[in-house]
Amino acid sequence: MTETEIRARVAEAIAAQAGREGPLLPMLHAIQEAVGHVPDEAVPMLADAMQTTTAEIHGVISFYHDFKRAPQGRHRLRLCRAESCQAVGAAALHDEVRERIGLDWGETTPDGRLTLEAVYCLGLCACGPAAMLDDRPLGRVDAEGLAAAVAEVR
Amino acid sequence: MRDFIIPDDAYVPASTADMGTPPSRATTTVTLTVDGMPVTVPSGTSVMRAAAEAGIAIPKLCATDSMAAIGSCRLCLVEVEGMRGTPASCTTPVAEGMVVHTESELIRKLRRGVMELYVSDHPRDLLTSPANGLDEVQDMAAAVGLREVRYTPGENHVAPCMANGEANPRFREPDRSNPYFTYDPALCIVCMRCVRACDEIQGTFALTVQGRGFESRIVAGQDQPFLNSDCVSCGACVQACPTGSLLENSVAEIGVPERTVITTCAYCGVGCNFEAQMRGDQVVRMVPWKHGKANHGHSCVKGRFAWGYANHGERILSPMVREKITDPWRETTWEEAITFAADRLKAIQQEHGIDSVGVITSSRCTNEETYLVQKLARAVLRTNNTDTCARVCHSPTGYGLKTTFGTSAGTHDFDSVDFCDVALVIGANPTDAHPVFASRLRKRLREGAKLIVVDPRRIDLLETPHLGEAHHLSIKPGTNVAVLTAMAHVIVTEGLVSTEFIRERCDWDEYLDYAEFLSDPRHSPEATEAATGVPPEALRAAARLYATGGNGAIYYGLGVTEHAQGSTAVMAIANLAMLTGNIGKPGTGVNPLRGQNNVQGSCDMGSFPHELPGYRHITDPVARDIYERAWGVPVPEEPGLRIPNMFDAAVAGAFRGLYCQGEDILQSDPDSSHVAAALSAMDCVIVQDLFLNETATYAHVFLPGSTFLEKDGTFTNAERRINPVRKVMAPKNGYGDWEITQLLANALGAGWSYTHPSQIMDEIAATTPSFAGVSFDLLDAVGSVQWPCNEDAPLGTPMMHGTGFVRGKGKFVHTEYVASDERTGPRFPLLLTTGRILSQYNVGAQTRRTANTVWHDEDLLEIHPHDAEERGIRSGDWVRLASRAGATTLRALVTARVAPGVVYTTFHHPTTQANVVTTDSSDWATNCPEYKVTAVQVMPSNGPSEWQEDYAERAEASRRVLPLEAAE
Repeated sequence: MTETEIRARVAEAIAAQAGREGPLLPMLHAIQEAVGHVPDEAVPMLADAMQTTTAEIHGVISFYHDFKRAPQGRHRLRLCRAESCQAVGAAALHDEVRERIGLDWGETTPDGRLTLEAVYCLGLCACGPAAMLDDRPLGRVDAEGLAAAVAEVR
Repeated sequence: MRDFIIPDDAYVPASTADMGTPPSRATTTVTLTVDGMPVTVPSGTSVMRAAAEAGIAIPKLCATDSMAAIGSCRLCLVEVEGMRGTPASCTTPVAEGMVVHTESELIRKLRRGVMELYVSDHPRDLLTSPANGLDEVQDMAAAVGLREVRYTPGENHVAPCMANGEANPRFREPDRSNPYFTYDPALCIVCMRCVRACDEIQGTFALTVQGRGFESRIVAGQDQPFLNSDCVSCGACVQACPTGSLLENSVAEIGVPERTVITTCAYCGVGCNFEAQMRGDQVVRMVPWKHGKANHGHSCVKGRFAWGYANHGERILSPMVREKITDPWRETTWEEAITFAADRLKAIQQEHGIDSVGVITSSRCTNEETYLVQKLARAVLRTNNTDTCARVCHSPTGYGLKTTFGTSAGTHDFDSVDFCDVALVIGANPTDAHPVFASRLRKRLREGAKLIVVDPRRIDLLETPHLGEAHHLSIKPGTNVAVLTAMAHVIVTEGLVSTEFIRERCDWDEYLDYAEFLSDPRHSPEATEAATGVPPEALRAAARLYATGGNGAIYYGLGVTEHAQGSTAVMAIANLAMLTGNIGKPGTGVNPLRGQNNVQGSCDMGSFPHELPGYRHITDPVARDIYERAWGVPVPEEPGLRIPNMFDAAVAGAFRGLYCQGEDILQSDPDSSHVAAALSAMDCVIVQDLFLNETATYAHVFLPGSTFLEKDGTFTNAERRINPVRKVMAPKNGYGDWEITQLLANALGAGWSYTHPSQIMDEIAATTPSFAGVSFDLLDAVGSVQWPCNEDAPLGTPMMHGTGFVRGKGKFVHTEYVASDERTGPRFPLLLTTGRILSQYNVGAQTRRTANTVWHDEDLLEIHPHDAEERGIRSGDWVRLASRAGATTLRALVTARVAPGVVYTTFHHPTTQANVVTTDSSDWATNCPEYKVTAVQVMPSNGPSEWQEDYAERAEASRRVLPLEAAE
């Protein structure tokens, strides 16, 4: 995506949400949806639209882990590290998965196809260790199954 | 048992104790018990502040009394009987009968636990840190009795290296990008005081908290260096920081100050009170005084930081003389310089007559000094040839407001802005020229007040973060009167007039006459659009809002006065206020934003050729009699020459000697070539200044002046407030400016014997009714007073015309728009208007000699993209800016902030000399120059204009100084 394209998409996303009450979070979601992340150049545009400053927008974006400031992998694997999953051996599983796919937390494969993220509870505590691949929740996962699922989408 | 009640406004507390949370404005009171002591406070007060009123300091880190509490640090926990848990005292409001315990076993345990966590991520050894002695974390650890920290070593933001020797990824190097302060993240506890100060007090919203939890960091902008962010370097964050994480570099260099002197800033007309914090005779830092009535503890980059010029290497400390202006300067003694000057003035008067000499008083010096200079003219030189730089800025304000209301000054105090519902800002750029007032206005705008801006340029006020309803009438330069009259037309013809107010306070017949004048269709917004460029619907909406939107306050600046119809525009503004009843109550009024620290005072002190102190006309025999008795000499009856008349007379050979104190007329007055010709035609030009300014290029005697830190006196700000100026160090040049004037007067045979400026103020009080009650003792007791201050108002007058106008009935004056002679044509198709920038002040003599130049190191010409493209100009290109008066070159900045057909620049730098271009066109009533409208042409250029080359050569030659030894 060229910078002009990015700007056009950001502008469109902002315009679509303008007029809502408290539009900043919807705008950020729309930008991330349209661009894949919230690029730094969107911040002054958001500041203009919201009649505020880049600092305030930056503060909001950086507060939420789910808003990404840089391009992410095409697919996203999220592994739950919260208490219930830890209780059923998630930590050891995660070590193995990271080893297998060669990614540490927050990293993206060099081909840009996969990003690995930590998440703290997916609401699947009854069937841990839990994970989520893009929009698909996965329960009682093991290293084998995760690797297969990942290979399928890559 | 004591009973504590928050004192009223008139009281000046000596203490600088932090009360924790801001005062409540409620009028009802509540009584509670804090640690067994009954306390009575206004309802809405926090428990923390109530305790502070009782003398009990509850430990705290994130709370301070300049901003709203957020209850984040959890250190100020208290126990309240009947309330569950341990609430934060900063966010808990008092209630009737409440019983508060600020100390208990439980509270001590909780506070120590909280402090232990803070200290676990805070540098432990502060002995050699610049923050030593200023870090409230240290103080609070001591206050809560913290004795051990169990969480060490561990992850932290403090150590550059981790235990294993690897670099600590959480550690950040200090940000030293700002020239005046450093941000050291290692000392930061993320209490957000800096972020809140930037938001709530300054209104710039440049700082934020990045991330969350243990990752939280204070950053500027999008995690940028402070210098590259929106930060305007006002210093509010530095002042708010409890840990020294944000700290003035001067404290790091010199050490913690040991004493404090309350004084007044010498930059703009806001008149902020400062604490000069000293070590010995060295200023460590200037900190805005929280009890200052104009600034309430806030400041801008100029007053807060740009005071280093006092020690600049170019400051002249020895008097100098020369026979001819082509000679090099010769350093000499005070005695010789004063005798040289006095002899020349005497010789000129003998040969060419009494009125062949004159004085120009300074709007930068104190009231006492200004008074002495005009007294020198009237009582010693025996001429009324005295004028002041207000001639070239707000003389139309004096004329216009005196004619309509009866007083040559603004009507309200700055505090009134807190009550305005609609702010009408005309020809002013407060965020740059009056930044502390702008912050207060922005605060009110964020609270919901509406904004109308009448200006050719899109000023920063319109970019206020979280601004609500705002109207911008982007007018063509020079059409103020047409726009204001059209607004009045709308108000009258749409029946939005406040009939009750006019019947009670104004002359009804005059109103009817004015209303008939206004109702003529030629004043309608539709008819005036061609001249003004303002769409009629926008103008109608703005007029309706001002008339019906609640309390309407007008704030205006030099964009109103510096026009051929400056005085008419001021009267049109006064008419608008009277038509709508927006006068005489808080939140309304007509308020000129005056440019220089003491321009109000210099006008008050009789600097004008036709007025004695207190605006009494020179032909008034009663007023003259008072001075003849006080001075023991006859006072000449004929008004003297105004500054432009002095120049004209000089070129004609009739005016030959000038004593010019603290003003750079060559750079600041219009049509520089004409000024230069006038100065070179004189036999004796005496310049008294800190630096060899541009005027000194044409001077025969240079008397080194003193800074505001080196003398006692008073400045009067835009709200008529007489503020004390205090000597914090001995004058490096040897004398205060008042002493130098006295030396000169005595060499001319005056026999003055003032030993302290307070005696001069006593003389002013004794001879001027509106100052009758003013004395240094009173200022010491109450901090500051607003004139009139006399028997009727012993503590001064915050708001004028409360129940009736000073002149009796408010006067409506017809305001017919007459197009300026400065109009565009084929040769000069663009209109130039001039203005200011935040970091520089006036001709820049002071601010250019400070680190403020990092923000603005040259004047730029703003030009609209359309006009730039037509001429093949890009941002950064050198362009030639030419008018019928002259030409200069500077670099272009292409921006849509200015309308097509309009170009804009500042005049802070002598290399540019924007005033080479401005013309002799001036206000019909007062000769105030039309700086704001000059027809110009702009074209690409390769280098400096002929004037710039000639002048640079001449200035360099003229600044040669032969040292004392070499001359002998």
